Amino acid sequence: MAIFVDEKNKVVVQGATGHQGVFHIGEMLGFGTKVVAGVTPGKAGQEIHGVPIFNNANDAVVETGADTSLVLVPARFAKDAVFEALDAGVKTVVVITENIPFHDAMEFVHYAKYKDAVLIGPNCPGIASPGKTKIGILPGSIFLEGNVGVASRSGTLTYEIVNSLSEKKMGQSTCVGLGGDPIIGTPFIDALDAFEKDKETKAVVLVGEIGGTAEEDAAEHIIEHIDKPVFAFIAGRTAPPGKRMGHAGAIIARGKGTAKSKIKAFEKADVKIAQFPTDIADLVEKYS
Amino acid sequence: MKLFEYQGKELFGKYDIAVPNGKLVNSKKDLSGLKFPFVLKAQVPIGGRGKAGGIKVAESLNDAKEKFSQIMGMNIKGFTVQKVYAEEKVEIKKELYLSITLDRTKRMPLIMISGKGGMDIESVPDDKIFKEWVNPLIGIQSFNIRSVISKLKLEREEAKGISKTISRIYKMFREYDCELVEINPLIIRSDGSTMALDSKVVINDDAMFRHSDIVPELVDLTTLEKDAKGKGITFIQLDGDIGVIANGAGLTMATLDALTYFKGAGGVFLDLGGTDDPEKVKQAFELMKKAKPSVIFLNLFGGITKCDTVAKGVQAVISKEGIDCPVITRIKGMNEDAAKDILKDAGLITATTLQDAAQKSSDLAGGK
Repeated sequence: MAIFVDEKNKVVVQGATGHQGVFHIGEMLGFGTKVVAGVTPGKAGQEIHGVPIFNNANDAVVETGADTSLVLVPARFAKDAVFEALDAGVKTVVVITENIPFHDAMEFVHYAKYKDAVLIGPNCPGIASPGKTKIGILPGSIFLEGNVGVASRSGTLTYEIVNSLSEKKMGQSTCVGLGGDPIIGTPFIDALDAFEKDKETKAVVLVGEIGGTAEEDAAEHIIEHIDKPVFAFIAGRTAPPGKRMGHAGAIIARGKGTAKSKIKAFEKADVKIAQFPTDIADLVEKYS
Repeated sequence: MKLFEYQGKELFGKYDIAVPNGKLVNSKKDLSGLKFPFVLKAQVPIGGRGKAGGIKVAESLNDAKEKFSQIMGMNIKGFTVQKVYAEEKVEIKKELYLSITLDRTKRMPLIMISGKGGMDIESVPDDKIFKEWVNPLIGIQSFNIRSVISKLKLEREEAKGISKTISRIYKMFREYDCELVEINPLIIRSDGSTMALDSKVVINDDAMFRHSDIVPELVDLTTLEKDAKGKGITFIQLDGDIGVIANGAGLTMATLDALTYFKGAGGVFLDLGGTDDPEKVKQAFELMKKAKPSVIFLNLFGGITKCDTVAKGVQAVISKEGIDCPVITRIKGMNEDAAKDILKDAGLITATTLQDAAQKSSDLAGGK
């Protein structure tokens, strides 16, 4: 098993014919992902690495049975693309695009909920279930099949951590990049619940960052609902206080959001915290 | 992007939210045409200007001229006052607090309102701040407004005015892609009408392409930071002396953390992002040189990014212009061996682990 995606997902890539699209369709096919369609308006009839291109998501879904969308379109067109995919009946949407206005993200995250779909991202590297599928731009070479679940708000930092796990022969069940934006479709809590249910996953690694309260929320959730061992790394422990959204941000946070508060919350939930990203593998080895 | 108070108030005007009569004052000549007493307010993108002496009441023209000279050019928490806004003083019956911001956890706009406006809102207890979340798909509805208004114990006329203000502010929050709209204080006057005495408006940078009417002013950036922003490079200057170049914000932050662990201090945060375009790497390295760090720490993880391509960009800068500080590199991932060879040939120090590199960088910086 794995969480959110496995070998059965049939992927349509929105924004397929751009530089990124062409490259990553090739990478995903090489990883074993079932990429069945691409969408670029006006480019129907073309093929990328043998994958047929359609003018719109609906045609792609009807013709190929795609049930999952990978969104690679530029930020200003991303909302339209996500709505289009959801309306076409896709049940999983992975949004890689960064710099999407957050009002747009807020709308498509709620629309995905309304459509009972899983939305991962935006501003994320995607999701990989080693040995099964990879939907996104994560480098395929770092993964190894196994029992560690990884959920991360970061990109390269995730690769670094996954790579160090693989080097120690600790493979991954699923590695999901949740996204670095304030508004994301799948927060830590949802990933934790999925990993808890997944028989293959024996331990969970969370990669957090300063800002927001996703880690604090996750810590509270772990105390109540998660029995599997959880490990964490938090980036930004020494970063200067970032942008504060007037007084309103401080009111919501009420002292939360700093690395200190996140570490404290995780310690309370008995989550082991790594000092360096590359230490996570040692911790997992020692405690699980 | 943070708007100045006067810019925020201009937007309020568009949405029929009343503000006191006022104008931007560029020189003493502009001080006529307002009724006394009026308030001179320093326009800075940071809170706490009142306490810092950036807000003064003028009783007469001479008084106004004197106070204008005091405020113009003063330094408030590192920002030089370059704009002063003057507005007529108004009588106040009640002071409220109103804001709409983004609740990251619920992923919804959050309206907060309190009868305890005017003061430092962070010291207002939670039970005196009323909150209402709005579903972004259906937008603000009457029930949302009724729900918060009912808790405020307002007179009928007052409630009407505040309700209208909430719905107009929400409209502005959505249409202008705001991260925050805050009015503190939002006042009620003796005739029951409502007026915004201050404005804090932050527009989502990523949505600026939809708001060409707002002229961006990069006021809270240093010269080098502005330069970097123009080139599309994430570059933040910090207090320390070690220049960090890494790829990805998380990895860059983790690198700074590792330095701090070994008693080093980051002076620049430079995130290359997903690029391995040698030209972009070259520009980044040149910017870093201009910041004059005592040590440069290059920490790369190559996933999709190819390490050797980045290394070539670095080599290009160094072979052409040389470098007058030690450069520690730690390279991992795609094509790392080729990258290490290139960097070694360029005379840079290569380290094997993050810890090793962070320690070397910190030691070298401390020894300088």
